Amino acid sequence: MRDLTLAMRHRSDVLTTVFFFIIVVSLFPLGVGPDAQLLKEMAAGVVWVAALLASMLSLTRLFADDYHDGTLEQLLLVPQPLSLIVLGKVLAHWIISGLPLVLMSPLLGLQFGLEGDALLMLMLTLLIGTPVLSLLGAIGAALTLGLRGGGVLVSLLVLPLYIPVLIFGAGAVTSNAMGMGAEGHLSLMGAILLLALVLAPWASAAALRISLE
Amino acid sequence: MFNLFKFSSPASFYPLAGRLVTLFAIASVILLAIGLYMSFFVAPTDYKQGEGYRIMFIHVPAAWMSMLIYVVMACWAAAGMIWNTRLSSMMATSLAPTGAMFTFIALWTGALWGKPMWGAWWVWDARLTSELILLFLYVGFMALESAIDDPRRAARASGLLALVGVVNIPIIYYSVQWWNTLHQGSTIDFSKGGGVEISMSEIMLWTLLIMTFACWFYTIAVALNRVRSIILEREADSAWVKTLLKGAKS
Repeated sequence: MRDLTLAMRHRSDVLTTVFFFIIVVSLFPLGVGPDAQLLKEMAAGVVWVAALLASMLSLTRLFADDYHDGTLEQLLLVPQPLSLIVLGKVLAHWIISGLPLVLMSPLLGLQFGLEGDALLMLMLTLLIGTPVLSLLGAIGAALTLGLRGGGVLVSLLVLPLYIPVLIFGAGAVTSNAMGMGAEGHLSLMGAILLLALVLAPWASAAALRISLE
Repeated sequence: MFNLFKFSSPASFYPLAGRLVTLFAIASVILLAIGLYMSFFVAPTDYKQGEGYRIMFIHVPAAWMSMLIYVVMACWAAAGMIWNTRLSSMMATSLAPTGAMFTFIALWTGALWGKPMWGAWWVWDARLTSELILLFLYVGFMALESAIDDPRRAARASGLLALVGVVNIPIIYYSVQWWNTLHQGSTIDFSKGGGVEISMSEIMLWTLLIMTFACWFYTIAVALNRVRSIILEREADSAWVKTLLKGAKS
């Protein structure tokens, strides 16, 4: 399983995703104007939406390369359960596209004038949230494998499923900033993560089987 | 012995569906006529919201149907996966457009109602947002279905998507209770100690129920009619469809 991670490492994918993330976030102050107070309130939402889009950008490639060179069909025949292999691939996807976003987020938060505590909270929610994005995205990627216009379709399928994560993730930062405590949001996100961790690999494995029939 | 699985074959289901369509279509038209008459002329004016509340008689049934149809659709999709029956996935496919339509009606009438009552067409409220997500789920389902050329693969892939999306239904249903939001709570409450608690006049309740059943029968009629077309389309090469079509022509 680890060799998958290694194989995915030597690519420029990581940089593309990260720069896309940074550019989208930077577009917002240009669009709404440099009002510091407004930007501070928007920061969590903006960073979250950008993270959503950035992690979706690389989703189509999650299974596509293996599908085209036939590796995926080999993987279906391996004695290990397919859901475990999917989990490994999702983990690799998260490491190359999710983790850099988490690491970059404090810097972007600083640009929006967030304080230390809020920065930490933003990072924490992204840390819990981005694996969910990768897990749910895997279902969409597996379903649209080898279809015409798969990329657009993935966004249509996956974005509605992302919305709860977005609400709780951005909500945690906001309510923390208002001094209400974010435990509720955080524990709900943790619950979502656990649920997705159990169900999503299984669902994507089923979707892969359908796609490869 | 009545055999339930007899009708899981498209060939035997087709004539049955034809008979049911007429039945439910007639029932739905009658109920709709009664329901509309009652909602406009019989039901009293609400003391707080005036005449504007009457839009509820289409809004609430549409919102209920939008959720119910999704659940039914997911059940058909699950049945299609478990027993691998062609008809189940055809049913799921035929329900989706109607469900999307009801979701849209619920959102639209809600907006019309919200303008005079809340002073805004749209509010980013938990229930409204989750209903909007539901609309996206329907659209995604139909988009995936139509993007895949092979009908069997399309049915299974979109069925899986429907099952994943079903998580959203309880979130919409309970959103009013979980988050204290602008959208008012349910007027009919089944949860309090077994009994049904209703905070509206009896005539309003009856009107609402009649409208709900009208929408319900409408859905059944339309979905069955659509499934008949799908059956004819997918089974176009089979012998029974050919004889059927020949009989219709001569």
